Amino acid sequence: MDMYDAPHTERDVEQKEVKISARGVQVYYGETHAIKDVDVDIEDNTVTAFIGPSGCGKSTFLRCLNRMNDTIDIARIEGEILIDGENIYDKRVDPVQLRAKVGMVFQKANPFPKSIYDNVAYGPKIHGMAKNKAELDEIVEKALRRGALWDEVKDRLDASGTGLSGGQQQRLCIARAVATEPEVLLMDEPCSALDPIATAQVEELIDELKANYSVVIVTHSMQQAARVSQKTAFFHLGNLVEFDETGTIFTNPRDKRTESYITGRIG
Amino acid sequence: MTDATNNPGASGPTARKHTSLLTIDVNTRKRNRAEARFRSYGIAAIAIGLSFLVMLVWSILSSGLPAFTRTVVEIELTVTQEEYAAAEDQLFKTRAYQDLLVGSLAAELGEDVDPESVERIIGSPGAMLRNYYTANEDQLGEAVTFKLPTSSRTDGYFKGRITREGQERSTFLTPEDLDLADEMKENGIITSEFNWQFLTGTEASDDNPVAAGIGASVVGSFYMMAVVLILSLPIGVAASIYLEEFAPKNRFTDIIEVNISNLAAVPSIVFGILGLAFFIQFAGLPRSAPLVGGLVLTLMTLPTIIISTRAALRAVPPSIRAAALGVGASKMQSVFHHVLPLAMPGILTGTIIGLAQALGETAPLLLIGMVGFVALKYPDGVAEGLLDSNSAMPAQIYTWASRADQIFYEKAWGGIIVLLVFLLTMNIVAIVLRRRFERRW
Repeated sequence: MDMYDAPHTERDVEQKEVKISARGVQVYYGETHAIKDVDVDIEDNTVTAFIGPSGCGKSTFLRCLNRMNDTIDIARIEGEILIDGENIYDKRVDPVQLRAKVGMVFQKANPFPKSIYDNVAYGPKIHGMAKNKAELDEIVEKALRRGALWDEVKDRLDASGTGLSGGQQQRLCIARAVATEPEVLLMDEPCSALDPIATAQVEELIDELKANYSVVIVTHSMQQAARVSQKTAFFHLGNLVEFDETGTIFTNPRDKRTESYITGRIG
Repeated sequence: MTDATNNPGASGPTARKHTSLLTIDVNTRKRNRAEARFRSYGIAAIAIGLSFLVMLVWSILSSGLPAFTRTVVEIELTVTQEEYAAAEDQLFKTRAYQDLLVGSLAAELGEDVDPESVERIIGSPGAMLRNYYTANEDQLGEAVTFKLPTSSRTDGYFKGRITREGQERSTFLTPEDLDLADEMKENGIITSEFNWQFLTGTEASDDNPVAAGIGASVVGSFYMMAVVLILSLPIGVAASIYLEEFAPKNRFTDIIEVNISNLAAVPSIVFGILGLAFFIQFAGLPRSAPLVGGLVLTLMTLPTIIISTRAALRAVPPSIRAAALGVGASKMQSVFHHVLPLAMPGILTGTIIGLAQALGETAPLLLIGMVGFVALKYPDGVAEGLLDSNSAMPAQIYTWASRADQIFYEKAWGGIIVLLVFLLTMNIVAIVLRRRFERRW
């Protein structure tokens, strides 16, 4: 019920601790200037939605937050992004260590072609989070419960993760992401390939996840942004046009472009 | 208006012509004809291809299968201690055993039989007798039943390789000899049996061509394949993983990539020359050694393995890499835990196909002298190792094809059958591996 009542008004307006702080971020793909001078503060225990038309840079910016853009040869990033006050683009930062702290869920569910158990256990294993099998079992169960998948798969943990339905696969990916105990969870259009029922389940899950994490979600669906997020950032042509309380963005936007987008005139 | 097509003038210039779906218009008929024509071209092409295959298989089997049987003379022989001592005392020892055998056989056949005729039929198995008695002196004085291969011409006569007309004026096997041979066959002295010696034997000289077998060169090929596998799989996979997953994309890696593709197209004889110049003349490795053959074939197989491994790695969806990196795996962990296992069937298939290619390669082996004449030492001598002189299956087939005695022609075809059995087995293994480990996502 709680995801439908009062979705975007005076909920959670009190100031929270800033988790991620971006200052003057520029991203270039070769000659293309994909992100132009973005400043944004993302709070802890909050769902922040990035919205905007296709190609506006919202996914690109999301991928800057865990340095996934490093894997693209031609990408170049300027400016600074602080997580808990530490610049993640500092030379001393190892992106692998960063990604254990900033988990990610991708647009298309991408479980490993391994068992459900191994999918979830992989992260904790490589980070040495469990001393023995019993501890690992516990971590897997906890993660699957947080991913709202435990009851559906507890009897077939050895079955292949790729054999699950689309919605289950995406929740498995979320469970896999939370299993490593990240502090930030990035979600890149996690529901774009799901049917409405699976979407509702994942959205409910996102709402629960904000109790423990700072969740950043990129979405194409403005309804979804309105339903799940407390803060919304509107990107357009690589600029962060407006960033505010979700309620304010959808009911009383300051910028003309935001208004045009949410009323369906651009996008 | 049912017959609208017959009444074109009724509609205006802009109105669409009303046509019935029950009549096929000119355009459709044309397209249907073109399609039918194309289908018949395709069927004809497949039929031609299949008929070539049938011809190939038929000619291989009809020429090669006789190599797997041999004509033998069955004879009970008793060699006494004195005869043995006398034979060992002579200069041409095998000749003495030969005389004993011929004498015994001629006596068995009757008074009027010419011993020389018998000798022409049974060829020269004296050496085999001597080998037997020197190894089993306790059998002296006992009656031993021998099954000894006949001369290559007698063998050819019973297999249809040699005709009576063809031997009309021959002094090696006269028509009278053939009469005697027929008689021996009726008496059950000459029989036909499966030729194990062809599968396990070694190369043989022109004196005793019936004894030639492909066994030694199978061992040689096996050693070479072992060298190729041990070297090219790890080197090829390591190079591919580096190039595909880790190397920066710049001009230098582009040049490497182009060169690998070019290497795959270099004629094999060039690798042979390279092997001769580098491994034998420069590095001083012995000639005719499976190690050198294996090294040369490794050079040839590496590009194949690198290309197929890179294709297999590229076929793994990027989302798997992103997923691994997303949970905080390092680049190497993502490759070794996720990408490589998924690419494994492709890598194995490529490797086996590369090995099969190398197994059938002849030209480079001729240049590095992988046509070693390995006789009689087998199996002890051949098994000695990678640095011993040896031959390989395709090189052995090539040597046989150029030998004088007609039986070598048959043996060359038989050798091709053995080689093809190995190649088909490898390809089937490749297919089974791919089927079994193929994953879907």
